[in-house]
Amino acid sequence: MTMATVNETLTTARGNRRKLGRDLAGLSVILGLAVTGYLLFPNNLALLTRMTAIALLVLSLDLVTGYCGVATLGHAALFGTGAYAAGIAAVHFGITDPLLMLACGILGGVVAGLLCGAVILRAHGLPQLVLSIALIHLFHEFANKAASWTGGSDGLAGIAPDPLLGFFAFDLWGRTAYVFGIVLLAVVFTLLRLVVRSPFGMLCRGIKEDPIRIRAMGASPKVTLVKMYMISGAVAGAGGALNAISTQVVGLDSLSFTLSAESLVMLVLGGTGSLFGALTGTIVFMFFEDIVSAANPFHWLTMVGALLIAVVLFAPKGLYGTIAAVAARWREARR
Amino acid sequence: MQTVFSIAVDALAYGMVLFVISIGLSVTMGLMRVVNLAHGAFAMIGGYIASYAARDMGLGYGIALMIAVFGTILIAIPIERLLYRRIYGAPELTQVLMTIGITFCIIGIANYVFGPTLKTIPLPTGLQGSVDLGFRSIATHRLFAILCGLAVAAVLWYAIEKTAFGVKLRAAVDNAAMAAALGVRTEIVYAVSFAVAVGLAALGGVVGAELLPVEPYYALRYMVTFLVVVSVGGAGSIPGALVACLLLGGIDTAGRYLVPEFGEFFFYLAVIAIVCVFPRGLAGRTR
Repeated sequence: MTMATVNETLTTARGNRRKLGRDLAGLSVILGLAVTGYLLFPNNLALLTRMTAIALLVLSLDLVTGYCGVATLGHAALFGTGAYAAGIAAVHFGITDPLLMLACGILGGVVAGLLCGAVILRAHGLPQLVLSIALIHLFHEFANKAASWTGGSDGLAGIAPDPLLGFFAFDLWGRTAYVFGIVLLAVVFTLLRLVVRSPFGMLCRGIKEDPIRIRAMGASPKVTLVKMYMISGAVAGAGGALNAISTQVVGLDSLSFTLSAESLVMLVLGGTGSLFGALTGTIVFMFFEDIVSAANPFHWLTMVGALLIAVVLFAPKGLYGTIAAVAARWREARR
Repeated sequence: MQTVFSIAVDALAYGMVLFVISIGLSVTMGLMRVVNLAHGAFAMIGGYIASYAARDMGLGYGIALMIAVFGTILIAIPIERLLYRRIYGAPELTQVLMTIGITFCIIGIANYVFGPTLKTIPLPTGLQGSVDLGFRSIATHRLFAILCGLAVAAVLWYAIEKTAFGVKLRAAVDNAAMAAALGVRTEIVYAVSFAVAVGLAALGGVVGAELLPVEPYYALRYMVTFLVVVSVGGAGSIPGALVACLLLGGIDTAGRYLVPEFGEFFFYLAVIAIVCVFPRGLAGRTR
């Protein structure tokens, strides 16, 4: 563990109060943005809901990549499993209550997280990356082959969620789905702030810095990381379930390598190792994608590539990380 | 019997093409510790240049091959100077992002310049048709790919094991700082091996164009396969890469022939099993 982490563990009551303030500030920023989005794009709530679901995926990726240092290009496996779990529960078992579907998605995500964590954490470096890529392809092929359950390449259609809590039906404009998504995101965000700051979260960051020292201290890096993978699976599964409920269809693209790579790009664009960074990256990337791919779909890939190279060269900490560093320096200078 | 024979020939040809393309990746990864996801993009550039030279300019296959190899190296040099230099020794995540960014850019540009259609490289008459082996006949092109792979393996083995440059290269792979202290110009070793790696990728892209068709998403589609080969073989090991290519080529081809409805399911299952059992690759050294 580095000095910084030790220091953070020994934070004073004042520091804790300040963090609580930042939590509330973050929460109010999310809700503020949600209301602004609702007012600015009342006809494009589907995009905003999709953004919320992807934000959950990126948050979940941040837990394992940003906080535990696991390099993975296969994180959509957790998201897609959650989406399919919720969809299959609705189509094949008649569980159409949105909250129960959400629970199914979370459960599916946890199981997928356990599976992926157990496999991916067996290796480090390049083999780890290759394992994660092989896993996402395996999940994709499996979902494609199990067509009687998943609908194969046609996608799983016919998901008809009941009204939320018995009152709020999922309307054509996606208002209910949007509010549902934002509330879900706010709850998850609050819980994750607590998880990340807990002794368990500190342990994960310690493992990222130096796993051998953590083992010498008596903790098991492997077990801790698998637990974190399961939490991450729950978050990604919730995102997948939200996507299934709001779009009422689950496609194979939710289990694709492209989605995994894109979520990693969003995370790094915003800044790893910070929940705010994950949210910033998602919002910026998806708006950018929406505008550019509407204007000229051919140049979309070139633009993403150039954006990635630029971020690596000029803002290695990501957008949020760079802004936060500049703000901290400014505060220091003023003092 | 006939099926077994065709599977064996196809697997051998496929494995050799994989070998030619990914051996450069394996050497640079063992040498510079760069996770280079853009390697497939260089193979794709080679394929595009050869296709343009042979089909649109009407040059011969051999000349087109040479133009492709040297043209790709020329394109790669500024990329190495400007972008790769910055990520030597950087954390893996940074390298992955940078090289994936380069791959996306190359795909986008290739799509813009050459269009989204498949590009073919017309074969010379000598490589069309098939060769009679007495009991069976095999496509001449497959045979050519296999021979290319064997030739590349032999030349590389000789260059690395028997020449002065090979000694310096192995020293730099084992301990770059120590080799530099002993007077090896590691910068030059790096630059030369990068150029050779890119050239080999282009060669593989051209020779293997019949098996791995050249189109804009080539770089992304086969990126995983090349990485898997290197990871299974162990970075920096020629025998390891050769064994991994033949093994994975065999599994993939057999899977396609025998259970085509499962696609690449068995390929990825085998990859996960091998990487889990040998986390450092088949010929990986313990560090």
